[in-house]
Amino acid sequence: MARKSVLTFFILAFAFAGLDAQEASMGALGPPPAAPSNVKAPDKPNDTGHGLLVKWDLSRDDGAGLDNVLAYEVWRSDAADGEYTKRGVAVKGTSEYDDTDDSERVNDEPNPDFIVTGKTYYYKVRAMAGGTAYSDFSEPGSGQAVENWYHKGKTPIMIGVIIFWAFVVYFIFKARQGQEFYVRPLAGINAVDDAIGRATEMGRPILFVLGTGTAGDIATIAGFTILSRVAKLTAEYQTPVLVPVNDPVIMAVAQETVRTAYLEAGRPELYKPENISYETAMQFPYVAAVNGIMLREKTATNFYMGIFHAESLILAETGNIAGSIQISGTDQISQLPFFIAATDYTLIGEELYAASAYLSKEPVQVGTLKAQDWAKAVLMAVLLAGAVLISLAIPFLKNLVDVNL
Amino acid sequence: MKKQIPIYFVLVSGIVMIIQYFIPSEESEWLFTYANDWVIVIGIFALALGIWSLLRSEFKKLKNPKEAFYAGTVLFGYFIMVFTALTREGREAGTLHMNLFNNILIPIQATIFALLAFYIASAAYRAFRARTVLATILLLAAFIVMLRLIPLGPLSAINQTAVGWILAVPNMAAKRAITMGVGLGAIATCIKIILGIERTYLGHD
Repeated sequence: MARKSVLTFFILAFAFAGLDAQEASMGALGPPPAAPSNVKAPDKPNDTGHGLLVKWDLSRDDGAGLDNVLAYEVWRSDAADGEYTKRGVAVKGTSEYDDTDDSERVNDEPNPDFIVTGKTYYYKVRAMAGGTAYSDFSEPGSGQAVENWYHKGKTPIMIGVIIFWAFVVYFIFKARQGQEFYVRPLAGINAVDDAIGRATEMGRPILFVLGTGTAGDIATIAGFTILSRVAKLTAEYQTPVLVPVNDPVIMAVAQETVRTAYLEAGRPELYKPENISYETAMQFPYVAAVNGIMLREKTATNFYMGIFHAESLILAETGNIAGSIQISGTDQISQLPFFIAATDYTLIGEELYAASAYLSKEPVQVGTLKAQDWAKAVLMAVLLAGAVLISLAIPFLKNLVDVNL
Repeated sequence: MKKQIPIYFVLVSGIVMIIQYFIPSEESEWLFTYANDWVIVIGIFALALGIWSLLRSEFKKLKNPKEAFYAGTVLFGYFIMVFTALTREGREAGTLHMNLFNNILIPIQATIFALLAFYIASAAYRAFRARTVLATILLLAAFIVMLRLIPLGPLSAINQTAVGWILAVPNMAAKRAITMGVGLGAIATCIKIILGIERTYLGHD
């Protein structure tokens, strides 16, 4: 302990005396660590061609010998004997550094650190001990960044997608041949007809909320398909459906969806575009607008289908206070407990996506549900096998499905 | 033809974007960015429709004597906010626009968000009523988890273990099961859209 304190004193004393790093490493600080060796710079895999993975063999004094290595400095140059600039630092015990820079310009100026595809870069590495003591530089190693045309780390995803597509296409084919599939009933879907019937009997409108997502979200698209079926039924029953939205794109799609549903129901004259209205893009003002509609219009039935955030419970509780029958569906796990607690029926996660198949009862749509079931069965089998194998310290399956993004 | 062109467009662009996901090259990245930029372009066009819908709705209310006062106030507020934002100072701190935004809009939003606290209490009351065996288990689990926030002396360590197990085992298992189902459902929906089986988003079956 006493020797370390004395050494620390001398390090600080030399630093304050203004000695440069090289002097310090050769002076009273003790011998510098041995230089790392065998520097290589292979292309970084699965990238756009602007990255190199610098690799080296550790210094003899890293974890052994003098054991004084704290980190490694990585330096780069355009030529083997050119001027090298420091690229970064890797902690001791590390023998790899990711040198990636794909920004050709920074602040409208050419970026000197940009890595050009196909150009040869040279790297040197040195070990650092005690902050001011350095080893000699290693011999330079070189490499070229290459543009990759296939992301190898995504292979398990590709295999999974191909298997799932095969299931879907197979069951669609079977459905088109006339095979009927059993699907378990969903209470939330079965309640749709009753909920619309209730609104008709009470002579009150229906509220359909598509959430606070965007038109490109899958949950919102699933919401459109349910809205289409609901609008068709409301057109037949001559019950107005109100769709306040928070996104103009959603408004445009929802208007077209409802208009076509009314047309198909043979009631185009009942369609009112003002019933599908843009309220605001802000979250809580939107909540205020929808809550106001619920309480003013006294909606008999409220549908919440899409992506929801903190507004889910405020909407659902207001609907509950207003005495509306409420059916909700979302794929947002954090909001599901709120909907389950506050609404009468909830479509949980994938049930939201499956709703269009349930409502349309088209064999082809139901066929895709069957494909999902089979995919889930495969997934469960893989999970079970993986759990057993990894418990037996056999990482084969884990390595096989390991996704490296 | 009017119905077929969008379906073919979705088929081709859907397959191209699937292939793009597996190609990390610069061209592929450019295609992804370019396709996403179109979403912004479409959004800008749709914004005009949204503003028109909003104004139409408020102007219509002006004709109704019962709603005219509120609709007029709202419309006046819209125009004040828009025109103050268009001034030279725009949205700099201390301008009329930012004062209105910070001192009226933000507190109103915070007030609505604060309602959530009361609604959580009322929803929890209904959710935790021990009517069935499952509801009773839920109640007990919730009680144990909530106790984590209270110092219980020597019982705290035992409670922490129980809470850790509830959150890491049954809770996590349920969340992961839902996540996997959501993932498969999302892919299935995408396939249905790409293959033209699901067309309601186009406004027709």
